[in-house]
Amino acid sequence: MTDPVAWLILLPLVWATGAFVLGPGRGARLAIGALLVQCALALQLAVEVLAYGGRTHPVGGWGAPLGIDLAADGLSAVMLLLAQALALPLAVYARAYFAENAPTVRYFWPLAGFLLAGINALFLAADLFNLYVTLELVGLAAVGLVAAGGTARQVAAALRYLFAALAGSLLYLLGVALIYGAYGTVSLETLAPLVDARAPAAVWIAGGLMLAGLMLKTAIFPFHYWLPPAHGGAPAPVSALLSALVVKASFYLILRLSLDVFAPLAAAAATVLGLLGAAAIVWGSWQALRTDHIKMLVAWSTVAQLGYLFLVFPLLAPDGLALQAGGMQAIAHGLAKAAMFAAAGVLMLATGRDTLVGLAGVAGRVPLTLFAFGLAGVTLMGLPPSGGFLAKWLLIEAALTHGQWGWVAVVIGGGLLAAAYVFRVLRQAFLLAPADSRFHPVPRSMEWTAFVLAAASVLLGLRGVELMALLARGAA
Amino acid sequence: MTLNEALPLAVLASSLAPGLIIFALPESRIRLRTALNLFGALAKLVLVGVLLAGVAAGEDYGFRHAVLPGLELVFKADALALLFVTLSALLWLFTTLYAIGYLEGSPHRSRFFGFFSLCVTATMGIAMAGNLFTFFVFYELLTLATFPLVVHRGTPQAMRGGTVYLAYTLGGGALLLTGIVWLHGLAGSADFAHGGYLSALGPDYDGQLQLVFLLLIAGLGVKAALVPLHGWLPRAMVAPAPVSALLHAVAVVKAGAFGVVRIVYEVYGVEFAQSLDLLTPLAVAAAVTIVWGSIRALFQDDLKKRLAFSTVSQVSYIVLGVALFGPLGTIGALVHLVHQGVMKITLFFCAGNYAETLGVHKVSEMDGAGRRMPWTSAAFTVAAFGMIGVPPLAGFVSKWYLGLGALEAGMPWVLAVLAASSLLNAAYFLPILHRLWFRSRDGAWPEEHIPARGGLETSPLLLAPPLVTAAAALAFGLLASSCASPLDWARLIADREYLSWSP
Repeated sequence: MTDPVAWLILLPLVWATGAFVLGPGRGARLAIGALLVQCALALQLAVEVLAYGGRTHPVGGWGAPLGIDLAADGLSAVMLLLAQALALPLAVYARAYFAENAPTVRYFWPLAGFLLAGINALFLAADLFNLYVTLELVGLAAVGLVAAGGTARQVAAALRYLFAALAGSLLYLLGVALIYGAYGTVSLETLAPLVDARAPAAVWIAGGLMLAGLMLKTAIFPFHYWLPPAHGGAPAPVSALLSALVVKASFYLILRLSLDVFAPLAAAAATVLGLLGAAAIVWGSWQALRTDHIKMLVAWSTVAQLGYLFLVFPLLAPDGLALQAGGMQAIAHGLAKAAMFAAAGVLMLATGRDTLVGLAGVAGRVPLTLFAFGLAGVTLMGLPPSGGFLAKWLLIEAALTHGQWGWVAVVIGGGLLAAAYVFRVLRQAFLLAPADSRFHPVPRSMEWTAFVLAAASVLLGLRGVELMALLARGAA
Repeated sequence: MTLNEALPLAVLASSLAPGLIIFALPESRIRLRTALNLFGALAKLVLVGVLLAGVAAGEDYGFRHAVLPGLELVFKADALALLFVTLSALLWLFTTLYAIGYLEGSPHRSRFFGFFSLCVTATMGIAMAGNLFTFFVFYELLTLATFPLVVHRGTPQAMRGGTVYLAYTLGGGALLLTGIVWLHGLAGSADFAHGGYLSALGPDYDGQLQLVFLLLIAGLGVKAALVPLHGWLPRAMVAPAPVSALLHAVAVVKAGAFGVVRIVYEVYGVEFAQSLDLLTPLAVAAAVTIVWGSIRALFQDDLKKRLAFSTVSQVSYIVLGVALFGPLGTIGALVHLVHQGVMKITLFFCAGNYAETLGVHKVSEMDGAGRRMPWTSAAFTVAAFGMIGVPPLAGFVSKWYLGLGALEAGMPWVLAVLAASSLLNAAYFLPILHRLWFRSRDGAWPEEHIPARGGLETSPLLLAPPLVTAAAALAFGLLASSCASPLDWARLIADREYLSWSP
């Protein structure tokens, strides 16, 4: 009854439905309360996995192949922890944000609940088909959230996103079908010993299709085209959820599949993935340097930061350094990007404008928010002491131990590019405010949630031992 | 946690905590802010005093904290660390007093003092870092904490200076990080140790180690303003005077120079560095910087720019001393770390006084300022003579030991560099002194902000700090051979450093 694995999926479904019935006001309170419980559950799971190793949970007592299995190991425990830890402050933020922007609120809470249920289920799913279902659930809820604002630009962005999400799931599903045809099973556990480098062509094609679909959903360069308008155009709490969490879900899937089931095939694609990651870092940063809009800058920064995650693949090796780097980067970026979008939302609310130029002098009005933006920036630049720095350190170390110099240059150069675009925002703070500028008051809770998220991304850099130990925990 | 573990952390906390509280204070709480600042500075001095007594008696102070498996934050308050810690803690107190007077009535003071305290915290971390990872953490923190101070005024010129500063320092940080991670891969997570820890790797790694040394020195050379990486320093002159004092004397350039000291003595080990042929190129780079900085200083009319190029030149004395193989060069380098700080901070305080009191920013406007501001000008004169190396001032002691060190190391050409540099120092300082004392003023001052009142030439908070630091520059020279002088402490460090490997 108290097994956190099942409740982590059920609880968001419950409050999503509840919020739909109760309406936004009481729905928000319900959601925040439930998210507190979810945080505790994720923490409990993490502690248990750390102590006893991973485990499988047969839903309703029916094991595979008849029923559905849920599996939790170190990697999924870490991701679940990240998801709940992001969702709770963002829910607090969203409650204040939508009190200011009433029209979009109606569908936010139910959609957010379904999104979270989908994400939690994805981190726990133990077979390829359930992964597809959760992927679809996440995609549709996310598209809904982008469109919920209802402006023409948002709907256009949502349609683009919908197309990318559906095409991605379709490619993935095609791959799953081919795998089922070849081996007669979709369970990860059963598949793992069957797939090897001498697998038939159909399996190779399946792997390629699944990878392509997931890359489309992760928005890795050159599949990133849908991300900036969708993330840059959505309401701030939605952007934060999408950039910090949703793209990580499909990345998690690529990582998970290339770690066990497709490990024998993954080596073939590793270098290509790494190169795409490098290209994403350069292109995303370059675009972030050129845009004039705060949220577009943050969205392009997501394109760039996702690139670091893909640098992990060519460096995956038994020493586990690269996996640690990937996990650390996913968490650090998640926290920092959520903080950054939250802060950007506050800045836009305070100035009433969405451009960088409009920020001049804003430091005097919302100093805490700007500080939060700066702290999140420190993580993105990979400067110490922050989670982003540890991720970068591990990546460089992994690259050096493998003697792969090129990746070192990419990581270092990417950090400098990130500094360039982050300071485009921060330097505005020190300019003097024009005489005619007017500032709107902003709820304190929004400022503080942005700050808490940013501070967490930095403090992560002071203690990563337990997280790394958890990440190293495989299935028992 | 034992007391010996807690003390280094307390030194960090004594500026971090006031800084964080100050950030949260509203602009109008002037008294509370001042009280916090002074309390932090004084508490730090008391703590440093305890540490000094303990280290002199042979105590070990240290703290370790694991960040990742195999990666630790290590703090270690050894004799070398305390040299830098004491210097910064003392100068922090005076710079804070000065800044309170300097910024009176200007906006954004909470932000200023908040970042100011963070800077000092970062400097303490750099000084007490027990391994390269810890050093790098605080080295980058220092970059981040100084940027808001450099651009404090918010003018387009300040923004440009700040951007150049960031570009240089973050670029240098990237090189440094590459070098540090590389070493971490080769030698694992090792602490700084007397005599270094790399010589055990074996001859197969010599080539790599030379390359890493180049990366590390290039990364540190940005902050230490080694030519050709010095471009940011003169441009950062747009910052307010207390920040310049901080950049030039207390924190930033010193952090770079101090890093070079740690790398040569406690990572590579001076003997091993010598056997890899690394010291001579380093000495040449330092010599070039010394001469080039002085030559550029000759042609600056802006007073602060002239002082900035003078810093470029003077800080490389430290690097030069490190590169001289032998204990006397080491003593010269370490003692100059302190002496340069005391003298240069005096000069910047005085430059700030001229600008704030009379609106004088240029050398060509300084005619007759000695009569209007005799005390400030006296302090300036003492510090300038010290920089030139006139006995019995502090600068003379540094140069004396550097000269002896050069002979000991068998590099007599260094003497020529020292002589040339002293001549150049005289050539750019003496004209200023001549204008101060021997030219008379005709016409009004450019912009007189603070009128002379009741025998005081300017506000007391602006006047006292340069007088104290100038007196220190005099005392450090006069009393160099007494116990508890910087020279004495530098000797102690050199003894401990060279004991470990001398036959």
